[in-house]
Amino acid sequence: MNIHEYQAKELLDKFGVANSPGGVASTPEEAEKIAASLGTDQLVIKAQVHAGGRGKGTFKNGFKSGVHLCKTPAQIREVAANMLGQTLVTHQTGEEGRVVRKVLVAEAVEIERELYFAVLIDRATSAPVIVASTEGGVDIEGVAEHTPEKIFNLHVDPLLGFQPYQARKLSKLLGIPTAQMKSACVLFANLYKTFIASDCSMVEVNPLVITKGGDVRALDAKFNFDDNALFRHPDIQAYRDVEEEDPREVEASKHNLSYIGLDGNIACLVNGAGLAMATMDIIKHHGGEPSNFLDVGGGATEQQVTEAFKILVSDKRVKAILVNIFGGIMKCDIIAQGIINAVKAVNLPVPLVVRLEGTNVEAGRKLLAESGLKLTTATDIADAAQKVVAAAA
Amino acid sequence: MSILVDKNTRLLVQGITGKSGATHAKSCMEYGTNVVAGVTPTRGGEVFENKVPVFDTVMEARRETGCNATMIFVPPAGAADSILEAVDAGIELVICITEGIPVIDMMRVKAAMAKSSSRLIGPNCPGIITPGECKIGIMPGYIHKPGKVGVVSRSGTLTYEAVWQLSSRGHGQSTCVGIGGDPINGTSHLDVVKMFNDDPDTEAFIMIGEIGGTAEEEAAEWIAKNCKKPVAAFIAGATAPPGRRMGHAGAIVSGGKGTAQGKIEAIQAAGIEIAVTPADMADALLRRMAR
Repeated sequence: MNIHEYQAKELLDKFGVANSPGGVASTPEEAEKIAASLGTDQLVIKAQVHAGGRGKGTFKNGFKSGVHLCKTPAQIREVAANMLGQTLVTHQTGEEGRVVRKVLVAEAVEIERELYFAVLIDRATSAPVIVASTEGGVDIEGVAEHTPEKIFNLHVDPLLGFQPYQARKLSKLLGIPTAQMKSACVLFANLYKTFIASDCSMVEVNPLVITKGGDVRALDAKFNFDDNALFRHPDIQAYRDVEEEDPREVEASKHNLSYIGLDGNIACLVNGAGLAMATMDIIKHHGGEPSNFLDVGGGATEQQVTEAFKILVSDKRVKAILVNIFGGIMKCDIIAQGIINAVKAVNLPVPLVVRLEGTNVEAGRKLLAESGLKLTTATDIADAAQKVVAAAA
Repeated sequence: MSILVDKNTRLLVQGITGKSGATHAKSCMEYGTNVVAGVTPTRGGEVFENKVPVFDTVMEARRETGCNATMIFVPPAGAADSILEAVDAGIELVICITEGIPVIDMMRVKAAMAKSSSRLIGPNCPGIITPGECKIGIMPGYIHKPGKVGVVSRSGTLTYEAVWQLSSRGHGQSTCVGIGGDPINGTSHLDVVKMFNDDPDTEAFIMIGEIGGTAEEEAAEWIAKNCKKPVAAFIAGATAPPGRRMGHAGAIVSGGKGTAQGKIEAIQAAGIEIAVTPADMADALLRRMAR
């Protein structure tokens, strides 16, 4: 799950991680009020969308850039009026862009040094690792490739947690002056606390800055959360913004279906994540393009299968549908009945290829055969892929 | 012979009175697995299916029945605790089927288990089967046949697919191990590969992986240096968009790492026969065996 920059700022504030004072606004007047309350002529206003490249983006109304530096609250109001309700197009949003519903207004700081700091789970060691660099404010993958000696990895013992000596060591590795060492250590420790307490899969601060005034601050923080742990974080669940998500994925999530939208024209409905990925792969192998990943899981009900099918047929891009089921926990007759119900409810605008195998396969095949549905059956996964690619062509 | 489980395995089921726990405990019993005990806290004293005693704690189940393996169906919020309970009771083999355990919980479990001699399989896995002897998990038993081919996989349904292809070509399986689709798991591809290599009754094996992490690469490197048995492999997720979790919590390409292409290259460099598509898994192994 992704969150907005202003929500990330709320999390930082909650855990005492120093960052720039500011607030979020939904109207130009609110934006002006926040700017006035900051009491500075160094101001920044940022459009809030879940996409990178905002500074270099352009609004569909012609207004340039989703990030502006301003001197006065009046200027902030003017810029906010140009952003709010408008559609911002960046290299990550695609042509359709994203509607800006909120802006973040904050104090703009004068930067002395930019650093990089991240916490994530290292799969190889099954432990949290802190990745830090003296090169902040730039693409960290580039730094890793060209100057790996400027990146430091510190593993944290999962049972001990982040230790004070590790914070001091890190501040020395990053060349933080003695005068700022104490506040840097507090910031590192609080970021680690945020990571663990919020069940993040990653927290990335880029840049972490030392200001000309000598403050240490997290200037921009990105969070990724462990979806498996959201059940114990209702506050973080509340950060979800469905306006920023693929509507097909929003609909699927209402029915607890694991769905990811893609750009192709062959829809697939599969049980099991591995088989669902492999089904996309084999469609591509035979010259087709999948329009989605969909794992209906092992315990899906007839109703869920029906809802899944409705999502697939409502996608205008879809030219053919492949159902590929290897029944284990999932019973083939449940899948068959779900398909039959869905087709009764929504009609079938495109060809359907079905491959069933595994638990209750005979009952499932019989249900489909007796339903009178127009569909093509396949004997195995390769046969299924070839038939659906031909049907979509 | 086989690896990890056989007809002498005495199985405990944690969460035996829950909906999936009960369904799958029953299906394992029907397959012939020796289910000797169940645990559901507060339900101690009950008898499951007129046959299996239910206990409040794993400690009692162990003491009363001598169970040496456990299958866990406890929901995600309590599953990590159930694993630790089984480890504390000295259960040798802990198989956790539960999907959706927070990764930070698993990280702590793994660190805590470093001091114990118990082995964890999973979580988020279909389980283990030694065909004709012992089924622990949620796989459909009837597709398996006793034989000489091992299968190790992060995915349940892809394992069934491989087993189906093997069985319908007349090749039975020694043991099939689902290691699970989470980023932190108890047993890796490499752990199972080493066991297959040492098992005299496993003549060849299939390794099924997917995007995310580097476990397949590590196994491939070891195989190149140490394994004389024929191996085939399939990697799922070549078409997965980067940065998205593909159903399994561990199936994600992040920062350009864990791609299918990288894994396939490592596998081919190790002399392992790659299955070009998921339909090719058994045939890839047969090609490798014919070489």
